[in-house]
Amino acid sequence: MTATASKPQPGQSDDLVALAHSILDQAETAEQVEVLVSRATSTTVKVYEGHVESLTSADSSGAGIRVIRDGRLGFAHCGSLDPNVLLETLREARDNLEFGEPDEFNGLAVPDGVAVVAQDSWSDSVVEFPVEKKIALALELERRVLAADSRIAGIRSTAYGDAWGESVILSTAGIEAVDRGASCSISTQPLSRVGEETQTGFGYDSGRVPELLDLDHATAEAVDRATRLLGAVKPPSARMTILLEPRLAISLMGIVSSMLSGDSVIKGRSPFGERLNEQIASPLISLTDDPTRSESIAAEEVDGEGLACRSNLLISDGVLQGFLQDSYSGRRSGLASTGSAVRGTRSLPGVGSQLLVMQPGTRSFDELVSSIDLGLYVNSFSGMHSGVNPISGDFSVGADGLMIRNGSLAEPVRELTLASTLQRLLLDISEVGGDFEWLRSGDGACSLVIQDVSLSGA
Amino acid sequence: MLEEPTIQRVLAAAASRGADFAEIFAEEKRSSSALLDDGRIEELTSGRDRGAGIRVVVGESTGFAHTSDLSEAGLIAAAETAAAAARGTGGGTTIVDLDRVNAKRPNLVRIMPGDVPKAKKVELLLTANEMARAEGAAITQVSARYADSHRRILVANTDGILGTDDQVKTLFSISAVASGDTGMQTGRESIGRTVGFELFDSYEVADLARTAAQRAITKLAARPAPSGEMTVVIGPGGGGVMFHEACGHGLEADLVGKGASVFAGRLGEQVASSLVTLVDDGTMGGEWGCFAIDDEGRPAQRNVLIQDGILVDYMWDGLRARAEGRASSGNGRRQSYQHLPMVRMTNTYLLGGTSTPEEILSDTESGVYISHLGGGQVNTATGDFVFGMTEAYLIEGGQITEPLREGNLIGNGPAVLTAIDAVGNDFAMGGPGTCGKDGQGVPVGDGVPTLRVATGLTIGGTAA
Repeated sequence: MTATASKPQPGQSDDLVALAHSILDQAETAEQVEVLVSRATSTTVKVYEGHVESLTSADSSGAGIRVIRDGRLGFAHCGSLDPNVLLETLREARDNLEFGEPDEFNGLAVPDGVAVVAQDSWSDSVVEFPVEKKIALALELERRVLAADSRIAGIRSTAYGDAWGESVILSTAGIEAVDRGASCSISTQPLSRVGEETQTGFGYDSGRVPELLDLDHATAEAVDRATRLLGAVKPPSARMTILLEPRLAISLMGIVSSMLSGDSVIKGRSPFGERLNEQIASPLISLTDDPTRSESIAAEEVDGEGLACRSNLLISDGVLQGFLQDSYSGRRSGLASTGSAVRGTRSLPGVGSQLLVMQPGTRSFDELVSSIDLGLYVNSFSGMHSGVNPISGDFSVGADGLMIRNGSLAEPVRELTLASTLQRLLLDISEVGGDFEWLRSGDGACSLVIQDVSLSGA
Repeated sequence: MLEEPTIQRVLAAAASRGADFAEIFAEEKRSSSALLDDGRIEELTSGRDRGAGIRVVVGESTGFAHTSDLSEAGLIAAAETAAAAARGTGGGTTIVDLDRVNAKRPNLVRIMPGDVPKAKKVELLLTANEMARAEGAAITQVSARYADSHRRILVANTDGILGTDDQVKTLFSISAVASGDTGMQTGRESIGRTVGFELFDSYEVADLARTAAQRAITKLAARPAPSGEMTVVIGPGGGGVMFHEACGHGLEADLVGKGASVFAGRLGEQVASSLVTLVDDGTMGGEWGCFAIDDEGRPAQRNVLIQDGILVDYMWDGLRARAEGRASSGNGRRQSYQHLPMVRMTNTYLLGGTSTPEEILSDTESGVYISHLGGGQVNTATGDFVFGMTEAYLIEGGQITEPLREGNLIGNGPAVLTAIDAVGNDFAMGGPGTCGKDGQGVPVGDGVPTLRVATGLTIGGTAA
């Protein structure tokens, strides 16, 4: 429980580096070997009705080893930093590669000279925050949410969580990257009740200084979301304009970015694969994946292969500018890696976005609302995993929200779906809000107004 | 995995500050997988994890710590951390007598996947690739995945329970992309069972490949799904996800206890059409969600949740059952030793009825027929849920007609359960699923016969 005992000192990653080196030393001449080792410490406090429901204290560690030989690739991972287990894992990776088929493009990332943009991801104050204060913070959040509104009938769970850790990527290709980070968060899931009806909400904040976590923000967000749908009815089906707040706008952009993965392009799974330099979205849309943005809590120095993170412009004024690449997809496409490998110790790197940033428009959220005669302000999406297909582009999600009538927010609605295709949604964007914000998830987003979406209801 | 004297000393350490309950959950898991994509074997992966989670309950508080160090010193350190986290104020050392749980294994594993040469696993992938592509030139991309896992668990607690289980699972899935004038469409099929490599004695990967490829090809000619409320007929096997979302989660005692379920306070009431008898059954040999003991050491059970439309019981884990002074229903599960257990489903299914599928269809003037569902999601507090349709057709004049593109359906659990007006006699289990709850994924199974939901489901398409 004593957090300070595990506090990493500057240079404390040395033992991880040494451990990774001891594996690389085993590499044979014909082999390329990459080792990712990581360890993390985390605490989760959940409170319920004024008492600690659970307090979890966790140390976890693991390693992933990639071996390439004669164009064949093998991988193995383990949930331990025991040197003997790591050696066994190396042997398994070697054994696995015997069955992979040769591919001339297989290979590790090679240092490309792009300089790392330093990030201040570490936080002593997270590491030093005493457990009693973690509990007090969660209890205080629960108390505030319950007191905020008489319609709040209970809270499913209120939590404080933190984690800090470090990881090292080392390879025979010359990669040596050390990454450390620490962060903390609070969250609450209240239930509101009027008569027989129950609605739910969610409030959250995250940061690197526990004392600065914004309880008021989390409370207001949770209570507003839990109460604003009370009395919601199922609306009639219609085609209409929808308004997505930044949090939901970025979830749409996240799916779009997955369609711009170089791996999907080379394997013929991206509907935008052949559309470089073409208009794929409204001219109002510009989208960048830029993990170097220090203002964001999701900023990173290196990608999953140890290359420096960099800014990648994906869409500019609606025109497709490029795709995200890791070293494999880049090599196979005749391009360089864009530093977009994402992974954990348990998996091989894959291509993915890391920190999406939307280019803002001009008008405020309230101005966007007042510009809409008839529309839906969406509160939440559901079934993003079951009704959105990034290969075909089919888009169909469950939703709830508030109607917009004559420029004002009106009655709440629920049990409806919104459908279109991802290709159409991008072109049907009629305005981007000027309400840019750094979301608690780390992405930089603005509201979106999208026209002519099919709403299915009663 | 652990010797009994060690277990007793670790439990004593966990209870040393006073505890109403203390538990060790030790786990050792080996996994391997192979992936084919873009016409070649892309990667083989293997993984190994072992560790233990120690839980200490004092009053209404649970302290939990886990470690990957299974030495006695490592376990005792974790036990002390968990005890400190539970903030007990008592003291004393207790040594408990441990009784071995005699739980019947749901089935025997004939061929341990670890004993099968990797070349044989790779061969399955190559066959699947070939067979899917042979379905037509429209198939432009194929990926296939083979995976197996061997999980050994040991659970011991201060109630005196000592149980072990050995869970072997084997999975195969294939995804195909078809391309045509209308763009790209996808088709997927998977099979997964709690068995060894003998899985492939019962299932031909070639059949799975053809099914996936045909799903993709069929959808090239599909029309946009309709928009609005319609009668829905769900085919055998594939539709269990609907019950998992419509009421399964809402019948989990942890959510019920917190007032976060529309089914709270409704025991003994009619919550569904009298045609509905819903069972959650961890004992079903070989199914994806079966086991001998749950992750709290309780033997798996067959639990009737809804009988002829009447809500009979919720699902329980140890913590919630203890608070209610009743027995757990064997539904305490966790993703790994790094997680606290909670109430989870196992294999959830609707019992078969008396109608033939032909009768149900021919009696449906217009609507949508769904033969394969994707995932789903539910808000248990409101009962609103969605699920995806990955293979669906229009019903016109009692006949299945044109294929439809993918989309979600939305409905409200209590309303949809009441609107079930036909249940077929063709029960089948569906494919393997992973159920997510509070950040933990566990393997679950489901099954249904053909059934009809007369009202209450809204199809999330774009066509008027």
